[in-house]
Amino acid sequence: MLSTVLEFALILGLMTGLAVLMGKWLTRVFTGNRHALPERGTYRLLGIDPQETMGWARYGSALLLSNAAMMLLGYLVLRLQAVMPINPLGLAAQTPDLAFNTAASFITNTNWQAYSGETSLSNFSQMAVITFLMFVGATSGVVAAAGFIRGLSRSSSADIGNFWVDFTRTLYRVMLPLCVGMALVYVWQGMPQTFASQALATTLEGAQQQLIVGAVASFESIKHIGTNGGGFFSMNAAHPFENPTPLTNALHILSMLLIPSALTYTFGSMLLQRRQGWVFFGTFLVMFIGFIALVYGAEQQGNPLLTEAGANQALSIEQSGGNMEGKELRFGIADSSLFIATTTAATTGSVNAMHDSLTPMGGFVPLAQMMLNCVFGGDGVGFINLIQYALLTVFLVGMMIGRSPEFLGKKIEAREIKLVMLSVLAHPISILGFTTLAALWPDTMASLNNLGPHGFSEVLYAYTSGTANNGSAFAGLNANTPFFNTTIGLAMLIGRFFTMLPMLAVAGSLAMKKTVPAGAGTIPTATPLFMLLVVFVVLVVGGLTFLPALALGPLVEQLQLLSGQTYN
Amino acid sequence: MTTQSLFKGLLRPVLVSAVFFMLLTGLAYPAFTTVAAQLLFPFQAQGSLIERDGLVIGSSLIGQHFTQPQYFHGRPSMTLGADPQDPSKSISQPYNAGSSGASNLGPTSQKLVDQVAARVQAYRLDNALAADAQVPVDAVTASASGLDPHISVANARLQLARVARLRHIPEPELLHLLSQHTSARVLGLLGEPRVNVLQLNLALDARQPSIAVSE
Repeated sequence: MLSTVLEFALILGLMTGLAVLMGKWLTRVFTGNRHALPERGTYRLLGIDPQETMGWARYGSALLLSNAAMMLLGYLVLRLQAVMPINPLGLAAQTPDLAFNTAASFITNTNWQAYSGETSLSNFSQMAVITFLMFVGATSGVVAAAGFIRGLSRSSSADIGNFWVDFTRTLYRVMLPLCVGMALVYVWQGMPQTFASQALATTLEGAQQQLIVGAVASFESIKHIGTNGGGFFSMNAAHPFENPTPLTNALHILSMLLIPSALTYTFGSMLLQRRQGWVFFGTFLVMFIGFIALVYGAEQQGNPLLTEAGANQALSIEQSGGNMEGKELRFGIADSSLFIATTTAATTGSVNAMHDSLTPMGGFVPLAQMMLNCVFGGDGVGFINLIQYALLTVFLVGMMIGRSPEFLGKKIEAREIKLVMLSVLAHPISILGFTTLAALWPDTMASLNNLGPHGFSEVLYAYTSGTANNGSAFAGLNANTPFFNTTIGLAMLIGRFFTMLPMLAVAGSLAMKKTVPAGAGTIPTATPLFMLLVVFVVLVVGGLTFLPALALGPLVEQLQLLSGQTYN
Repeated sequence: MTTQSLFKGLLRPVLVSAVFFMLLTGLAYPAFTTVAAQLLFPFQAQGSLIERDGLVIGSSLIGQHFTQPQYFHGRPSMTLGADPQDPSKSISQPYNAGSSGASNLGPTSQKLVDQVAARVQAYRLDNALAADAQVPVDAVTASASGLDPHISVANARLQLARVARLRHIPEPELLHLLSQHTSARVLGLLGEPRVNVLQLNLALDARQPSIAVSE
């Protein structure tokens, strides 16, 4: 127990230190004036003028259109997999609905997978489609945050930067070097990195074992640094080749939190309001610690039904105990819980334990974090989501005390609040709307792996994960059907662009405004009080929106578990 | 801003960036990393393959299915494989590294409860435990990957008497071998104490190349 607390403290401490380092670096990437040689070459190749300044609408259009072209390219390669090179196992192309779902999933930084990696993708597709889309999807998120923060930092200006410059720099100066370095550390720890597709072994007892290998380490590094989350293998970061040691597990966790936490520092640096940056960091951290405690407590407690069946779930020096169904022994309860909390906070969606087999309250945590979608959040978008709630807080508090809301010296008016509400509402409308549709859809029952409230949770989880661009799953649900592929694919696109674009518009609108000096009526936002107010608003808005759905899933399941009710 | 100026000059960078960044991040990046990894860490880059007498017998990171009583047994595995009778059907094939998999059964699943109860009975029988003995949870629950190479120290210790008896090894000696193959937490904090089953069994075989199993 003590070592668990120390471990959590160590990871959170490292995260904080890295947030400062990475935050400083990102600030230089976003604000530097010099273009390096490879960057100048890339601008010439793309045929763009790096000096061009863009308003939010042009910046957003470039983002949207380039993402659309990349998604289309990925879709085409998946459909043509059978005739592409490096496919020694002769895997067939994905069906149209599955290829749409896969391409949408990876360009939106969701990484929901309705396929299993080993049996559905050639090594060529794993690299040219999946690794490629993981890079550009994550980079697009960071770039959106760059434009967004720049918008907040300007006054009386329409310019929020140059999309192509931000994209190229983020890719060259942040993503690629970090990923190459991390991939080599991962190989050292045991991840395969080879052009071969398989190795055949004869086990000690004489059976044949087919070991699938490939470019795993290069995949894992961008998967976590980019808060992507899709697995090379079906069982994702639980697979020993994707996550061979407790050290790689810790590095995965730190990688996921790296950019989302650093952006709060970058924000503070670029606005010359360090304190404000730390207030936002604190907002993330307070919620995160609460969720870690909840999932760790529930999983360590274990499943009373398994104790009745004769399993010993008590923690001792000889075993971690707890609910070990769907968990790996090298991670035990502590490292699995920390990973679960991280992957759904940073909306990565990679899993080192099977979320479908979590206890009801353990499974509540990933669902709730994805519903709130702003506990660190994915690369770039998590920070944008937090500011959305901060604006809402300023507005609500302003209403309560009868003062006109201001944020960072800008007046918050009807236009901004309308855009914020569009972004706030798109999220639950997509989650609850599609879940309702699926609950009514006649074929849904055939896709469920569990019945009763847990079956409902499987469906709710799928649309929450898609809309929040998380990508983890209650993996018992068979989501590879035309209905689920299409609707979850749409949920991912809605969740991504209906929050990102309105919030870019907010940034553009705030950039145009004059900065007014803080008056007596201004609510100070760089204080612990404001931090708690934001947490409060996030929890109240999220709670009011999603509690009824959660009550039908994990909450009722918890009550049934305590009374011993089971489902066939 | 008019629509025309909004999209002006975007076509070329949009198309070129998609293709160029695919080549860069989708091919050049993994290719460069692979070459570097193969030079620096050739053993790990191939999948940490273990050879015995020139034959690949597995990966030190991937668990294997052990059923014979003179070996330590790994955790239950829910991986599936194609049915040799009818390749269109999937049947249980534990530790199939070609298709990782978990049960994905929820906590209120009767199937899960029944499976665990059956495994508890079998474990007690295999290891001559009392009829009401509590069994370490990792021995009766399926891992996430279906390829978990480790078991807990508690689980290994309960299997120790069986293996010692069948291999005619004094228990203190086997206990010593077990502790040699037990990994502690990284830095005393990360992960859990654990026993790599394949490597422990390899060490047992190395000690006694051919053993006469006596029941």
